[in-house]
Amino acid sequence: MKLLNCPLNGPRNITEFSYGGEYHPQPDDQTTDANAWAEYVFFHHNKAGLVLEWWCHTPSSFWFLAERNTLTDEVINTLTLAEFKLREASRG
Amino acid sequence: MMLRGRDGCKLIAEKPKNYNAMPFGLLKYGLSKEYPAHQHFTPKTDLKPHYDVVIIGAGGHGTAIAYHLAKHHGIRNVAVLDKGYLGGGNTARNTAVIRSNYLTEEGVNFYRESVKLYQNLSNEFGYNIMFENRGQLTLAHSDAAIRSFRWRAEVNQHLGVRSELVDPQMIRELVPNLRVQDDARFPILGGLWHADGATARHDAVAWGYAKGACERGVELHQCTEVTDVRISNGRVVGVETPRGYVEAGCVVQAVAGMSSVVAEMAGIKLPIHSYPLQAMVTQPYKPLLEPHVSSPHVHVYVHQTSRGEFVIGGGSDPYALYNTRATLEQKESLASAVLELFPFLAQAKMLRQWAGVTDMTPDYSPIMGLSPVDNYYLDAGWGTWGFKATPICGQTMAELVATGRAPELITPFALDRFYDFRQVNEAGATAASH
Ligand SMILES: Cc1cc2nc3c(=O)[nH]c(=O)nc-3n(C[C@H](O)[C@H](O)[C@H](O)COP(=O)(O)OP(=O)(O)OC[C@H]3O[C@@H](n4cnc5c(N)ncnc54)[C@H](O)[C@@H]3O)c2cc1C
Repeated sequence: MKLLNCPLNGPRNITEFSYGGEYHPQPDDQTTDANAWAEYVFFHHNKAGLVLEWWCHTPSSFWFLAERNTLTDEVINTLTLAEFKLREASRG
Repeated sequence: MMLRGRDGCKLIAEKPKNYNAMPFGLLKYGLSKEYPAHQHFTPKTDLKPHYDVVIIGAGGHGTAIAYHLAKHHGIRNVAVLDKGYLGGGNTARNTAVIRSNYLTEEGVNFYRESVKLYQNLSNEFGYNIMFENRGQLTLAHSDAAIRSFRWRAEVNQHLGVRSELVDPQMIRELVPNLRVQDDARFPILGGLWHADGATARHDAVAWGYAKGACERGVELHQCTEVTDVRISNGRVVGVETPRGYVEAGCVVQAVAGMSSVVAEMAGIKLPIHSYPLQAMVTQPYKPLLEPHVSSPHVHVYVHQTSRGEFVIGGGSDPYALYNTRATLEQKESLASAVLELFPFLAQAKMLRQWAGVTDMTPDYSPIMGLSPVDNYYLDAGWGTWGFKATPICGQTMAELVATGRAPELITPFALDRFYDFRQVNEAGATAASH
């Protein structure tokens, strides 16, 4: 059984979660053209290695971020969006 | 007397003359210089400094493209480079379902031509790919599925593909060992019967194409990973490998699960996520099941190989990953799903299990054709459905490389469909049906 550490519910079997795809900031809808929207919606880096992505704990509908290695199938870290933004801000 | 290996080590004790002469005769024949084993593929040689075409990936697709370039377009200064061995990627890992009962006009036309090429491929190669026309049955366990199957059958028939809606009675006749009972957990209400459905020996397809290509001068280089793609003024000029830099007139990438990673070397971003797909086979049984049987509802598909093993596959893994590890969850779900359909398999032992990394697109159609880089061609997004497309892919991609223009059959699959919102939606006809 593989565990994922939900920031709200603690460690849970990974089958309780749904995968939400890689994290990329949403473009500004006032200034973005159709091509950039298409890229945002359909295109992915699909990186082999360390990635940042969305996960949801399905029973509690709680969305959060996970850092995962897509080559080794190891979850490195999980964090809420607020924690992620705070970390980004402190990194400048 | 002892037989001696080349380095003088003892191999086997030679039996007295005339005793067991057959195996000894065979051994003598095998080691004799007068009957050298036929070389199918390029012997290990150095890479040339320049090729007209470099194909990245020696799976079925890469080798089929090379074969068509050499045979039909007279383009023979071609190298097929693979980081592993010939046909060792998803070509070796798929469950070999061949069919053309898709939903869109673009999809059906394309896969129909591939099935036709498959039917004659052993003759074309002079090499047996063990093509078997078994038929494929997809099961409906809900009214919604019946409606979508009726739609698919109409589209299929209109475009010349044998495909029809069948009732439970007909299903009993087609697959006598399938459990068709009203008290089943998911009763079978009907099915989509596809008489053109087939299977073939997957490795032999890559071997046949590679053999035919190498006989015509194409070079196959195994254990030769492409580590970077060099571009100059928006045009591809060559590829880097650990064995040195190779200049290329054109480059085709046909690397399945690694599509995004290789495209990134050329600065191209793709609408692809790589997911593992797992499968397994049972121990062999006497012949019990002729067609492929697939149930998108319980997420399983199964057929019996000519060796007697039941091949069992289903849906993709729940999250993206570049790893071919297995999970107990997926194996359990395949096992419980297959028992819904064939309870007699409850006592079966699993012989092997494996996974492949599949390049999934959002619309379950491939990405074929031109790329944002000149002379760099894409053959990607084959996900869980690309084995059946191998022959037509070879034919159409070779024409694209030779002429610089995409043949009509593949224009709907161009990368720019995602910018124009012209997706070719095959999600419903692909999913667990393969
Ligand atoms: C379990 C499973 C079941 C499937 N079942 C079916 C089915 O029933 N029917 C069907 O139609 N399809 C099926 N598929 C999908 C099908 O197997 C693939 O779409 C198809 O084999 C792709 O062929 P290919 O030649 O493009 O890729 P591959 O055979 O994967 O070949 C790609 C090659 O590229 C090489 N490569 C990667 N990166 C590099 C690099 N940097 N440099 C050099 N070489 C590189 C790899 O080593 C590999 O040999 C299944 C897939 C899986 C995993």
